[in-house]
Amino acid sequence: MTSPRQTVDADTIVRRPRRWRWVGIAAVVIAAVSVATNFITNPNYKWDVVGRYLFDPRILNGLGTTLLLTLVGMVIALAVGLGLAVMRMSKSGLLSASAGAYIWFFRGTPVLVQLILWYNLAIVIPEFSIGIPFGPTLWSADTNSLITPWTAAVLGLSLNEAAYLAEIIRSGIVSVDRGQTEAADALAIGRATSFRRIILPQALRVIVPPAANEAIGLLKYSSVVSVIALPELLYSGQLIYSRTYETIPVLIVVCIWYLVVVTVLTGLEHLLERRLGVGFTTGGTTSRRWSRWLIAKR
Amino acid sequence: MADREALIRLRNIRKSFGENTVLHGIDLDVHAGEVLCLIGASGSGKSTLLRCINHLEVPDSGRIYVGDHLMGYEERTPGRLHELSRRKVAAQRTEVGMVFQHFNLFPHLTVLENIVEAPLRVRKLDKSTAIATARDLLQRVGMSHKENAYPRQLSGGQQQRVAIARGLAMRPKVMLFDEPTSALDPELVGEVLDVMTGLARDGMTMIVVTHEMGFAREAGDRVAFMSDGMILEMGTPTQVLSNPVHERTRAFLSKVL
Ligand SMILES: Nc1ncnc2c1ncn2[C@@H]1O[C@H](COP(=O)(O)OP(=O)(O)O)[C@@H](O)[C@H]1O
Ligand SMILES: [Mg+2]
Repeated sequence: MTSPRQTVDADTIVRRPRRWRWVGIAAVVIAAVSVATNFITNPNYKWDVVGRYLFDPRILNGLGTTLLLTLVGMVIALAVGLGLAVMRMSKSGLLSASAGAYIWFFRGTPVLVQLILWYNLAIVIPEFSIGIPFGPTLWSADTNSLITPWTAAVLGLSLNEAAYLAEIIRSGIVSVDRGQTEAADALAIGRATSFRRIILPQALRVIVPPAANEAIGLLKYSSVVSVIALPELLYSGQLIYSRTYETIPVLIVVCIWYLVVVTVLTGLEHLLERRLGVGFTTGGTTSRRWSRWLIAKR
Repeated sequence: MADREALIRLRNIRKSFGENTVLHGIDLDVHAGEVLCLIGASGSGKSTLLRCINHLEVPDSGRIYVGDHLMGYEERTPGRLHELSRRKVAAQRTEVGMVFQHFNLFPHLTVLENIVEAPLRVRKLDKSTAIATARDLLQRVGMSHKENAYPRQLSGGQQQRVAIARGLAMRPKVMLFDEPTSALDPELVGEVLDVMTGLARDGMTMIVVTHEMGFAREAGDRVAFMSDGMILEMGTPTQVLSNPVHERTRAFLSKVL
């Protein structure tokens, strides 16, 4: 069976035909060409109308609302989610179970329902007060004055999102080797510092990709706040086309903006992942650090 | 045994995990400048004993003194031990350095950052002092050329030498080593043992759990053999390693030598 070395060196490799790959490529090209032709030649898209509304102040306002809602919602959700994750990991059964109950409820009910409930909170709890139970009231306010479409939207979106983030954050934290906590303990690094400087940066590598996914999800499903009449991006578009009947072009405008924002978010995520990955790949030693507080090179 | 001068004093340390009693009342004194090697079969409680000393593991009963400190407690009235706050336990731990089998370097920090982290945040040293000290230590363990590398870019032996430097950076009174060379490829064991031998020669107080009998013989002042949560036999390396009294010690040594 063994051939002389000269023959082996002279071997030519004849690739086996990749027929199915060519079929796939052909199918994709045909589909792409027909979609593109349709976009260009079909007058029903009304590209001139799309161009007219792309920078319409109402659309841009809606975009701003969507961005703000996503940002504020995500920040609150991260804070609450972190708290829930820590509670979930607590040795206290009560703390762990209450975090579990929170997650169970908010993941188990539609966010649309939660929004409507928050918006109508005044029906259940007409007055909101802070005080000692059965004792004096320190502060109180009419619920209707506290719950505006904005607060209801932020509460509804962020408290729901927190339930998802809690599990993501928890799995990130438990993914960090126990030896890291022990090493920090042995070095007398305090709990808070150890969490912030040692555990969290490593946990974030695991947390960021799914959390970024959640942020993109939140960006899009924030459009459900239209039910409580808060004009974010989609609802602003709907307000326009309900009067002008230019439904398709306006929806295209809305989609373009969502795609722009998602593209930017994805880019930011990749940057963040790169920086968090420093030290975890065995590449060069020159990669820049995420927090470069220590460039004290003599 | 019960002499007051010893730097580390363990009195009747007991520890169980559930039903499993791991330490059966350990008494141990280690003097300043002494190197004690702990040997014994896997599961005999060596790691647990070591981890009790810096309170990573809390004994069920007994007392551990490091210098004047009663680890983990304050004896406000004789016989009543009050648990210390985390902050105070941390303060006690600064006296005790530890080196782990799997190094446990912080992978997201460079070698230099690994070493200065605790001095900066715990000892609150200023940056230039911390960095200067870290560089001295890196030189001592022969790792100066790698101060900007990340742990994953280093060999196991190099990582362990950095871990030793990191432990030393807190200027501890005693260094604990838990099988520091067990995770290393055979050809890398020597470089770590050399660093440890150097430390021993410079007068560092050390408790070393190890299977390296050559190191125990050469650098150890005393060797203790642990079996089933008890120190069965303790003495000079020659006594314990060459003329063991107990049958179990002999059986263990015949397996590892
Ligand atoms: N955190 C723990 N929980 C339960 N059992 C443990 C724990 N740590 C150690 N043990 C048990 O204690 C015994 C002694 O372990 P260890 O001190 O690690 O021994 P050695 O270091 O001598 O191999 C073993 O039986 C081990 O399973
Ligand atoms: Mg062990």
